[in-house]
Amino acid sequence: MKALVFAGRNTKELLRDPLSLLFMIGLPLVMLFVFSAINSSVPVAQFDIGRIGPGIAMFSLTFISLFSGMLLAGDRESSFLARLRAAPLTAFDFLAGYTWPLLGVALVQTATCFVAAFTLGLPVTWNVLLAIVVLLPVAVFFIGCGLLMGALFTANQVGGSSALLINVAGFLGGIWLPLQLIGGGFKAVADALPFSHPVEAAQAATAGDFASIMPHLAWCIGYAVMVFAIAVLVFRRKITR
Amino acid sequence: MAAIQTINLTKDFKSRRAVDALSLSVDEGEVFALLGANGAGKTTVIKMLCCLLMPTSGDALILGNSILTEPGAVKRTINLSPQETAVALKLSVAENLELMARLYGETKTEARLSAKLMMAALHLSDRANDRSKSLSGGMQRRLSVAMALISRPRVVFLDEPTLGLDVGTRRALWRALNDIKGDTTIILTTHYLEEAQAHADRIGIMRDGRLVALGTAAELQLTAGVDTLEDAFLALTGTGDER
Repeated sequence: MKALVFAGRNTKELLRDPLSLLFMIGLPLVMLFVFSAINSSVPVAQFDIGRIGPGIAMFSLTFISLFSGMLLAGDRESSFLARLRAAPLTAFDFLAGYTWPLLGVALVQTATCFVAAFTLGLPVTWNVLLAIVVLLPVAVFFIGCGLLMGALFTANQVGGSSALLINVAGFLGGIWLPLQLIGGGFKAVADALPFSHPVEAAQAATAGDFASIMPHLAWCIGYAVMVFAIAVLVFRRKITR
Repeated sequence: MAAIQTINLTKDFKSRRAVDALSLSVDEGEVFALLGANGAGKTTVIKMLCCLLMPTSGDALILGNSILTEPGAVKRTINLSPQETAVALKLSVAENLELMARLYGETKTEARLSAKLMMAALHLSDRANDRSKSLSGGMQRRLSVAMALISRPRVVFLDEPTLGLDVGTRRALWRALNDIKGDTTIILTTHYLEEAQAHADRIGIMRDGRLVALGTAAELQLTAGVDTLEDAFLALTGTGDER
């Protein structure tokens, strides 16, 4: 109950920041339309809507780390968190209160990207619902990254480190760079990280290639569990007692 | 039963001892002012009593509950207005108050009523729907104190509650505090000695993490052999010669 009340506050904080809405929903949509426009003029397989749509849906989730981190770091720096820590809230109330609104935002982000992709030619099928579900573990991963950064860094440091994470996820996610063509060490690094796997899992789900989903999804779930577990430990140590 | 009982409460930050074996008892319903120069350890004491900082050694009982072993029970009975203004900037004044009331267990309807009453008591009603970030610094502080009082805590910690408030607002705040005096134990830190003298039942003076004097304003003046609380404060904290 208290977790829900706290989640309500965090939802308002997120939704009342026009900049966060612009980055979390507006920017990915602009990118989707730009890549599609390029594909219309000069057809590139990488920018085919069946590939770029799920890719941008995953990329939109990277911004969650920025805004979850900023929210937590801002609460820490303003002493608002000290007030909350003196209140009868449990570690679960804190974690759920910060996480639930971000999961909601993640669902809205991915759904918005896919709806935009429909207007650009992505076939309207039930597979898209599966793709949205497939992207949830990586959403949890980025929320965990944000909570970790927010618990450890100042708001300014969160801004810098999130920008780095967003760029790394963009380049190593194989969204606009064809990892197969680049190959070598770059692809080996990309394969070891959790950014290209959710893209490929969502692309496979959208295409109805169900057999290809699980190998990639396993990476996403593994990373999400690991990062969120670390975030919970750090959170309990630094924020609650 | 004492509202607060500290037993050799000590806090070290690396090699620096911020609070040194504080043993103190505060009665239920008492207004207790903790005074001291900057860095004397007042805020560290409050943070430990609110379960925000773990003591290096010693313990404290809040209404019989240990801050070490029963922080959950402690937190249900206290509330805090931190030294820095601590409000959710994107929420309105009413939303901030309702949030705190609900986190302490009130229903939505109860929280709405409590917020209305608290806004009336602290002259915030005309700004009820304004976002907190649009308030002046003084109004934000008033809201911060209101958020500490809205849960009707049995023990409330106010860290420099009147800092930056104008005279009228300070009076309104003290009126609100005097209304709950007796039912609520109020622990406050302040640099306004006249407030401590006028409103506190007892005053504790800290210096370098130690409680160097404890008593009523008159008793402290007698101990220091001076005529005013300010002179007593300067004598007891040893800061008179530096200024």
